[in-house]
Amino acid sequence: MIVGCLGRWAAAAGIGILLAGASVAHAQTTLLNVSYDPTRELYQEFNRAFVKHWKEKTGEVVVIRQSHGGSSAQARKVIDGLDADVVTLALAFDVDAIADRGMIANDWQSRLPKNSSPYTSTLAFLVRKGNPKGIKDWDDLIKPGVAVITPNPKTSGVARWNYLAAWGSALLGSGRDEAKAKDFIARLYKNVPVLDTGARGATTTFIERGIGDVLINWENEILLAGKELGKDKFDIVVPPTSILAEPTVSVVDKVADRRKTRRLAEAYLEHLYSPEGQEIAAKHYYRPSDPSVAAKFASQFPPVSLFTLAEIVGDWRTANRVHFADGGVFDQVYLK
Amino acid sequence: MLMAHVRAHRVLPGFGLSLGFTLAYLSLIVLIPLSAVFLRTSALSFEAFWQAVSSPRVVASYRLSFGASLLAAAINTVFGFLLAWSLVRYRFPGKRIVDALIDLPFALPTAVAGISLTALYAQNGWLGQFLEPLGIKIAFTPVGVLIALIFIGLPFVVRTVQPVLEDLDTEIEEAAACLGAGRLQTVRRVVLPTLLPALLTGFALAFARAVGEYGSVIFIAGNLPMVSEITPLIIITKLEQYDYTGATAVAAVMLVVSFLLLLVINGLQGWTDRRSARVR
Repeated sequence: MIVGCLGRWAAAAGIGILLAGASVAHAQTTLLNVSYDPTRELYQEFNRAFVKHWKEKTGEVVVIRQSHGGSSAQARKVIDGLDADVVTLALAFDVDAIADRGMIANDWQSRLPKNSSPYTSTLAFLVRKGNPKGIKDWDDLIKPGVAVITPNPKTSGVARWNYLAAWGSALLGSGRDEAKAKDFIARLYKNVPVLDTGARGATTTFIERGIGDVLINWENEILLAGKELGKDKFDIVVPPTSILAEPTVSVVDKVADRRKTRRLAEAYLEHLYSPEGQEIAAKHYYRPSDPSVAAKFASQFPPVSLFTLAEIVGDWRTANRVHFADGGVFDQVYLK
Repeated sequence: MLMAHVRAHRVLPGFGLSLGFTLAYLSLIVLIPLSAVFLRTSALSFEAFWQAVSSPRVVASYRLSFGASLLAAAINTVFGFLLAWSLVRYRFPGKRIVDALIDLPFALPTAVAGISLTALYAQNGWLGQFLEPLGIKIAFTPVGVLIALIFIGLPFVVRTVQPVLEDLDTEIEEAAACLGAGRLQTVRRVVLPTLLPALLTGFALAFARAVGEYGSVIFIAGNLPMVSEITPLIIITKLEQYDYTGATAVAAVMLVVSFLLLLVINGLQGWTDRRSARVR
């Protein structure tokens, strides 16, 4: 009888503990990382590493969720109320847009090292096998009869980098002659038969539809595609000069403060700069910013002389006003 | 006096309740979301509004969107009528399957339609590879836009004409023949006038659907500014640049133009209704 009572008591206690456990699990801290399209695999691996790191360091078990899409569409979701604790987007302009709505402090880009870009990338060309049109550098893209596939810079993050890399190479190659650079851009986009809205669409147009002689895309996407598609149909060309593309990361202050996740969010982004985070980035073909990790993976990245956004247009707001806004340099290509 | 009397005592009860419900429901589902568009637009000064909606790229997109939609609706009206005619007037094996096939464009996610049409008409696609050597380009040109719009609009015409055609007794045509009308005359003077209101409704629906279509078109259009950019893409483009008010301004123009065009089509329909009533 007493044993039975005890048994029942133990069972009740057991259920109680289970319930308590469940409610602990329910109250578990979560973190949402809103990112852009090609980082999906990178953050899958990084999140696993970070969860392990955080448990070792603090004993807390956290759940990291990730969301991917076109960079500016993702930024708009955050503006419209998606509870992102951190954003890891393709360009600083999209983080600026969130900051403009008061959700991120205006000095966000100086809060983390390297302009808040833990890893960088550049652009590369994918060409048909054997490179029949002999494409080696940006100048080759404006030759008559070369069809170039790049998405619309008004709607796609990487397309803005593509555009600015072309602009920069023409500008620096002509001794900063803006008229020549404008002419280069006009001739380049005359060679673009399809303007997809996003990077994935452009890749489909080039690979599946067989349109175009050259696809311009993120170096990390092209190196990955080169590995996955095999080397029998395409060749990879990395132009000798290109732009330093800086995908940027930030805590979303408004959300992190409301959800009380600031400490975790900051540690999450800082971990991207740690040797472990840097190695994961490099494994996914992002150029690491840590010199020792960069040295370790040096053979993976072709040598490129890189110029920065600041050298060719200043900042993103200027780039947008001069080039991409309605009536800007890009629009003028089509109005002539 | 008599009118007032009639109005006070309707035969069918519940007019107040049902009209109230209709208005409330319509406000909630249609009017409030649409008025948000106009409200957001009103944040713009007139000059800024005009600049947003009248730049050459935007105007070129109106031309493509409304032009291709009208053309697609017209083509659908002709061929939709033919399809409805075969389905109603003839018996053939597999008729039910054909009947069900017509609704497929309704059910298919538009992106799937766009991707499969592009795969078909691209230069390496099943059809495209034969058309390309002939110099005919469909995918990534305005013609591709037209084809996508024809695809998504077809069911509207067939489904509005079919029931009217089913109600149209073949005896009427026989009577016309007995009275000495030729075949063409019967179709022109008897069948078409009866079907005209239904054809116009189908046309209006197919047109409205085509104007608002985004998903299938962006895949096949090529999206080149001034050439193959549809107006919904302009709206998306403006949103991607965080130009919310510019996007709603263009949306407001689209709404007003669509509404006016639909009003005209409805007016035309009322006119043919009255005319055919008088003929009868």
